Amino acid sequence: MMQRIVIRLLTMLVTLFGVAVVVFIVIRIAPGDPIAMMLPPGATDADIDRLRALYGLDKSLFEQFFIWFWGILQGDFGTSISLRQDVLGLVLERLPATLELSILALFIAVLFGGFLAIVGARERGTAIESGIDVINGAALSIPDFLWGLVLILFFGVLIPIFGITGRVSPRLDLPFDTQFYLFESILRLRFDLTKDLLSHLFMPALALALPLAAIIAQLLKQSLKEVLELDYIVLARVKGFSETQVILREALKNAALPTLTLIGVQFTFLIGGTVIIERLFSYEGLGNLAIDAVINRDLPLIQGIVLVFAMLFVLINLAVDLSYALLNPRLRHG
Amino acid sequence: MTDCLAITNLSATLPDGQRLLRSVNVNVAPGEVRALVGESGAGKSMLSKAVLGVLPVSVKIVEGDIWLQGNDLGRLTAAKRRQAVAASIALIPQDPLTALNPSRRIGPQMTDRLVKILGWDQTRADERVRTLLDEVHIRDGERVLRAYPHELSGGMRQRVLIAAAFAAEPKLIIADEPTTALDVTVQKQILRLIAEMQRLHGTAILFVTHDLGVVAKISQNVTILYGGMVVEEGAVDQLFANPQHPYTRALLAATPRYTDPEASLLPVDQSVLSDLAKAVETADRDWMSSHGG
Repeated sequence: MMQRIVIRLLTMLVTLFGVAVVVFIVIRIAPGDPIAMMLPPGATDADIDRLRALYGLDKSLFEQFFIWFWGILQGDFGTSISLRQDVLGLVLERLPATLELSILALFIAVLFGGFLAIVGARERGTAIESGIDVINGAALSIPDFLWGLVLILFFGVLIPIFGITGRVSPRLDLPFDTQFYLFESILRLRFDLTKDLLSHLFMPALALALPLAAIIAQLLKQSLKEVLELDYIVLARVKGFSETQVILREALKNAALPTLTLIGVQFTFLIGGTVIIERLFSYEGLGNLAIDAVINRDLPLIQGIVLVFAMLFVLINLAVDLSYALLNPRLRHG
Repeated sequence: MTDCLAITNLSATLPDGQRLLRSVNVNVAPGEVRALVGESGAGKSMLSKAVLGVLPVSVKIVEGDIWLQGNDLGRLTAAKRRQAVAASIALIPQDPLTALNPSRRIGPQMTDRLVKILGWDQTRADERVRTLLDEVHIRDGERVLRAYPHELSGGMRQRVLIAAAFAAEPKLIIADEPTTALDVTVQKQILRLIAEMQRLHGTAILFVTHDLGVVAKISQNVTILYGGMVVEEGAVDQLFANPQHPYTRALLAATPRYTDPEASLLPVDQSVLSDLAKAVETADRDWMSSHGG
C-alpha cells in the first residue's frame, strides 16, 4: 500500500512537470503580448525593451523556462505582471473560495445523484424510475453555465431569495483569519455568516452540481440494478431484509465502485467549470482570477493558476485510487 | 401433524401467459428430506423461489397456495411474509462463490439475520455462529469470522453458508443444488455434511438437484418435475426400485452407477419426451378451458 502511494506521488511529479512545459509553451505561442498591454500607446521601443528585460522576457524560451521552473522549486512562482503581486500569494488567496465552491457542488451532486439512484433502483421498472430517467436527461443535456443563467433568472431576479454576485454580502464584517470563509464561519459558530455565505454559494454550486448529479444518478442506478440480481442479494432477501435495507446494506458499497471512478474524473471537469461559473456569479475565486489573467496576458499568473489546477486534478485522482482500497477489501493488501 | 411446507395446486406464469409451474403439489413433513428433481427448465428453481418469495418480477403466481407451518403465505402482507420466511426457512445457495457479499466480513454476514431480523443480541448470535462453525468442522472459526469471502476456498464458503442456514434453527432448509458449483472431491464432503447437520438438527430439507445419484444418498422422498409438472413422486427406495413413469425410468437409466461404472448410459428416449410434451400440452389446454381462456 505505502509503495503504491509513493509510486503514485512520483508519477504525479512527472505529470506536473509535463503540464508546466506545455503551459509555458502554449501561452507563449498564443497571440498577445503582455508588455504591449501594459504600456500606453506611443511608448518608445526603448521603453518596451526595458520592460521586457525587467520581466525577463528578452531571454530565450529555454532560459525563461528554467528560470521560472527553478523559482517554483524554491516556492517562488514569480510576480504577476498585471497585478504586480506575488503569484503564489494571489493564487493561495483565491484557491479556498474555489475549493469551497467545488466541494459544496460535489456534495450536492453526490447527495442528489445518490438519492435519485437509490430511489430509481428501488422502484425499478415502474413509472417512478422512468420519471427519474427524464429528470436525469434534462439535467444532463443542459451545461452548467446555462443552469447558472437559469438559476440567476429564477432565484436571483424573478424570486430574489439567493445572492447572485460575490461571495458574501459586502456590508458584513468578516472576522476571518483564513480564506476558507464557510469552513471558518462554522468553526467560529458565526452561523449568521454561514447563512449569508451559503446563500451566495448555493446557486453557483447547484449549477455546477446538476449535470454531475445526473451522471451519478444514471450510473449508480445502473450498477445498483446489476448488483441487485446477484446471489448474495437473493440470500439477503431470504434472510428477511426489505428492499431498502438490501440496497443500503448489501448493494450500495459494491455498486459504488464504478461511480467513484466517474466522480473522480467528473470532479476535475466540475472544477474546470468553476472558471465560467465564477465569472457568471462574480465569485472571487481562482477561476475568475484566471479569466482576468488571460485577458491581461499575465503570463506568470496564468502559469501559476494552471499549475495549481493541475495539482488539484492529480491529487483528486490519487484520492480516488486510495478510496478504492477502502471500499474493496480485495485491493487492500495488493 | 401439519406439514412443514405444503404447496397446493401452484401455477405461475410469465406476462405472455406461458405457465412455468403447472398446478404443482409438493409437501414436506417436519424433519423430512425431500429431493426435487428435474432437468434445467423443469421449474425446480422457480418453485423454490416462489416459496422464498424471491420470484423475478415478471413471474406471477396465478393460482394455488403455499402453506408454511400452517400459515398461508399468500394472505400475508409483504413485510409479514418476509418475517415468516426469515423465521422458519433458510437457503443453502447453489454457488458459494457468489452467495457471499465480497465487501463484508463473514461474521456479520452470518449473524445479521439473527440480530437484525430475529432480534437476538449480538453476543448470543456470535456464540451461536461459533458453535455452528464447529459443527461444520471449521477449526479456526475465529479467523473465518473475521475473513472476507475471497480469503476462503469454495468448499469453506459452502460450509460457512451451511452453518449460516442452520443458525436460526429453521424448520425448513431449501438447498438449491448446493454441490453443483463445487469440485467433485468437495461435493461428496459437502453432501455428507448436509446429511450430518440434518440429522443433528432434525430440520426438514427440500433438496433441489438434477442429480439422481445425490438423491439416493441424501433423501427419503423424491418429487420429479418436468416442464413445471410433477411427473412422479414417492419414497426414494421404492421409486428407484420400481419407477412407474417412463420418464423416471429413462432418467435412472441415464444416471451413472458407482457399482457398475462400465455400464453405458442411455440418453432419454425421444418418444418419452414427446409423450411428456403432449401431456404438458393437454394439461395447459384443460387449465385454459377451466380458467375461461
